[in-house]
Amino acid sequence: MKPPPFEYCAPRSLKDAVELLAADPSAMVLAGGQSLIPALNMRFAAPSRLIDIQHVEGLKGVVIEGGNIIVRAMTRHRELELNDEVFRANPLIRETMAHVAHVPIRNRGTVVGSLCHADAAAEMPSILLVTDGSVVTESPRGRREIPAADFFQFHMTTSREPDEIVVEAHFPVLPQGAGWAFEEFTRRHGDYAIAAVAAIVTRAGATDVVSLSACGVASRPIRLTVCEQIFAAQGFTDASFKAAGEAAKEYVTAPDDIHATNDYRRDLLASLVVRAVEKALTRSR
Amino acid sequence: MSRAKIRAKLPTKSADPTVDIELTVNGERVSAEVSTRMLLSDFLRHELGLTGTHVGCEHGVCGACTVLINGVAGRSCLTFAAQAAGCEVRTIESVANKDGTLHPLQEAFRDCHGLQCGYCTPGMIMNILSSFNSSAPLDLSDEGIRDIISGNLCRCTGYQNIIAAVRQAAKAMSLG
Repeated sequence: MKPPPFEYCAPRSLKDAVELLAADPSAMVLAGGQSLIPALNMRFAAPSRLIDIQHVEGLKGVVIEGGNIIVRAMTRHRELELNDEVFRANPLIRETMAHVAHVPIRNRGTVVGSLCHADAAAEMPSILLVTDGSVVTESPRGRREIPAADFFQFHMTTSREPDEIVVEAHFPVLPQGAGWAFEEFTRRHGDYAIAAVAAIVTRAGATDVVSLSACGVASRPIRLTVCEQIFAAQGFTDASFKAAGEAAKEYVTAPDDIHATNDYRRDLLASLVVRAVEKALTRSR
Repeated sequence: MSRAKIRAKLPTKSADPTVDIELTVNGERVSAEVSTRMLLSDFLRHELGLTGTHVGCEHGVCGACTVLINGVAGRSCLTFAAQAAGCEVRTIESVANKDGTLHPLQEAFRDCHGLQCGYCTPGMIMNILSSFNSSAPLDLSDEGIRDIISGNLCRCTGYQNIIAAVRQAAKAMSLG
């Protein structure tokens, strides 16, 4: 359980970091290291060089601007979780964060790092997706914004190009009066989700909007579009909850694994969708 | 047929790339040249001889290697020594008073029988101290304490006595 050898550099400016990454196709970016270092210790990854971005100027902190919570690359999970302004702007983040590993991991792990690692069962990618957020990358070709819907591609695979550093994640502020919920099932607290659902309910008279995402059930975090459409068309009735639960089952593509069978995950996801929407609904105004 | 001879001459120096680091460990300035891939846990144990920090799983699950990095709990097995450059690291060796008398949290672990084999204890103590010092509200209900220690595995106690120890220490330290 020791990492393979690598070159290490700790640039001070984003320009230097971008150049270092562009110069070496098998280099990797190191932020908090809470996903990358286990992968190294288990020899799942063997980069030629690690570019530690903790000292890069301008990559720390959180700002709320233009309807977005802008989370810079070195922002630790715990920092975002405990930020009261962030809680007021998007309470879904704090509710979800309680499920992300444990406090000592959240103290060091970064939100952007988790998004880039893109574990299909990780919680934060699913939050970026349900809020219609995005990430911003920097490369020698300039800056680029990638919507969450295009960013997550497959298990541990994103649409980030090898020479791009993700410098920010943008989590939209929740609309006024929106209800939210994050419902997860794991066997032990802090584990990756066997299945989890994030829900946002925005009530606007005849045009209620329900946004739903799930993680742990497919090869990437997914939007449960069919379930969203059922609630939009039928409102919140016993029949619509039942129909949405049944529809959710069809999204489960994860094969049987050591944690759960495909059948079990299908039932689980149906229950979690119902629970999450019920809870979000009671919190909406 | 004779088997190949075991290599008689081992290299005296690692071929690993190295990095110079300077950091504070338990209040003392330390500078060293370390392999880039040296984990903070190995640096503390093998280079500084601070063997109170225990190593269990080396992939962040068990919590035995938890230390304070700039005042907050972190896994030393998921941190490179190079990343800790410029940081203030505190290990279990810094918790008791200089005269050997125990910290109230250590006292509470002893009083409540919060340990048996003791392997997880240094990580538990550092993690709990981090929670005690955190700006986040301290929840001393059973559920709250379980959440605090949820990232530390103990195979002996069944956790009940650790929960009692955390509560007793928080009371002794007038917290919560």
